[in-house]
Amino acid sequence: MTPLPAMFVAARLVRLSAVDLGIIAIYFVLVLVIGFYLKRFATTGEDFFLAGREMTAWVAGLAFVSANLGSLELLGWAGNAYQYGIMAAHWYWIGAIPAMVFLGLVMMPFYYISRTHSVPGYLKLRYGTEASALSAITFAFMTILMSGVNMYAMAVVMQVVLGWNLHFSIIVSSLTVGVYVAAGGLFSAIFNEVLQFFLIWFGALLVPILGLIETGGWSGMVARIHQNFPGQDFTHMWAPMSSPEKNPMGVYWIAIVFGLGAVQSMGYWTTDFLVVQRVLSAKDVRSAKLAPIIGSFFKMAVPLIVILPGLLGRAVLPWHLVPGNQAQPGQFKYDDVLPLMLARYCGPGLMGLGITALVAGFMAGMAGNVSAFATVWTYDIYRPYLRKDAPDSHYVTMGRWCTMIGLFVSIGTAYLVQYNKSMMDYVQALFGFFIAPLFGTVLLGMLWKRVTRMAGFWGLLAGVLSSVTIFLLMKFDERWVRVFALSPVAQPLAQAMWQAMWACITCVVVTVLVTLVTKPRPDQELVGLVYSLTERAREENVSWVHRPVVWGVLALAALVILQIIFW
Amino acid sequence: MTEKHHIIPVWFFVGLLLLVYGVLIFITGLAQWSSPPADVQLTELHAPVWWGGLLTVLGALYLYMFRPDKSA
Repeated sequence: MTPLPAMFVAARLVRLSAVDLGIIAIYFVLVLVIGFYLKRFATTGEDFFLAGREMTAWVAGLAFVSANLGSLELLGWAGNAYQYGIMAAHWYWIGAIPAMVFLGLVMMPFYYISRTHSVPGYLKLRYGTEASALSAITFAFMTILMSGVNMYAMAVVMQVVLGWNLHFSIIVSSLTVGVYVAAGGLFSAIFNEVLQFFLIWFGALLVPILGLIETGGWSGMVARIHQNFPGQDFTHMWAPMSSPEKNPMGVYWIAIVFGLGAVQSMGYWTTDFLVVQRVLSAKDVRSAKLAPIIGSFFKMAVPLIVILPGLLGRAVLPWHLVPGNQAQPGQFKYDDVLPLMLARYCGPGLMGLGITALVAGFMAGMAGNVSAFATVWTYDIYRPYLRKDAPDSHYVTMGRWCTMIGLFVSIGTAYLVQYNKSMMDYVQALFGFFIAPLFGTVLLGMLWKRVTRMAGFWGLLAGVLSSVTIFLLMKFDERWVRVFALSPVAQPLAQAMWQAMWACITCVVVTVLVTLVTKPRPDQELVGLVYSLTERAREENVSWVHRPVVWGVLALAALVILQIIFW
Repeated sequence: MTEKHHIIPVWFFVGLLLLVYGVLIFITGLAQWSSPPADVQLTELHAPVWWGGLLTVLGALYLYMFRPDKSA
């Protein structure tokens, strides 16, 4: 490996040409134009917070995936692919596809039929105010932190790649997002998410295409990686997981299957309101069931533009990238791999498109967070606890204001991220705190009518507290890593999987125990909220090509084939 | 896109953006044909020309298929 070339030690990675700047400026102008155009349609609460519940399955499905294609996806996972190899794709495949199909086929009917506006809203109908309030408050807290992560990630990229001032980037992008979401509400967020979806694909897809041409295809890339990093396996997904010592993540396959596949991803994709809100905007139940399944096919393809560039970085970059906390002046971090690859292949014009794709990803993530925050704050905190029975227009105004206020608060939290070891570790920790136990609470509530009001609350609280406790123990005393993650070499991502699994188990155990000693609600109060008391829509008269279950099975089959190919 | 609101389809905006970007990138690629940037790899493939062309065609197609007067 050669020392870092002098040209990359400079304050910026690339210098944008006039056409690049023009491409970026056009994007900012268009999203603002769309926001103001859609403002006239966002007049009622249902319009502003749920996009009128009139989106097609395709629009809702693309927005569902795009809201998750934020800065963390593009940069963090490309960096993780460089660090851990193709094992990072587990987060896109087993860590997403089964959960998205499960959301569409099993959970979405309950969310949709109950006409709830949010996940805490469903908890209120199913359990009452205690579990709902706990969920709403923790979600609002998490959303603000997530928004801060997005802002910081974006600003760092702008600084590394373009030499732009960190504070300037944060202010300009967040204000743009704030203006267009405050104007058009979820209409605006969804429109821009679909737009951003196309931008991200067309802006980033050239990197793997040109990278594979340079390396001579997949086998050529693998050969170069083995040549550059002898004795390490970066190109197999399952084979190195028989023992934590055999893979760079330090993880057993059990943690991937149960911690990631059965808990973490299920929790995120089925109960994180940020993504579920997009599906709630669908025009009918069948569209709501189809939307996440349509999204699952695109999600399956995202490793092409995220994981593959990280692997190609191992193959073609002439120097080693380092962990974020070990980077010295003149060195680049794992998370810099995607911008580095963009700079390698993209000249004027294409570079502008690539940078716009990154900015679009950041803004999609931010828009997702603030629109979800505005809904939960207004409907699940402000309306039930601060001002009941106000006119609908009052809540729409509140939604617009708290969009902006939420953004300003998250700007402050953006700087907290700088003190964390790694962006992804930080976010995984948050997922573990709130999302994993929430999944246990929601799923038990949907599938078991006996679960009681107080069981829902105490189970959720116990899950969150156990998650925080486990996280802190492993963070400040490494001896606990062996206890909870079953291996002393477990890396932060592996620790987070185990943490999520223990938190969900705690939640389920406490919920069941409290249920057994408390009085259940009458059946008639649970109609439309619980599996055994809800009439499911029949689809005998729908052609097979329009049946969600057919596409769900196809998505799962494609997932299995991918696992075999990259075993 | 909707029954309640007569909103211009989101696909129209997608087409507009792809068309504008495609034309800009295609022209930039042509301008660089004989003097590509020195610090970029694989410039002999002229990626901006064919990628810009692809965006232009797709953008024009979307713009035509989802033009507002058709959906109204």
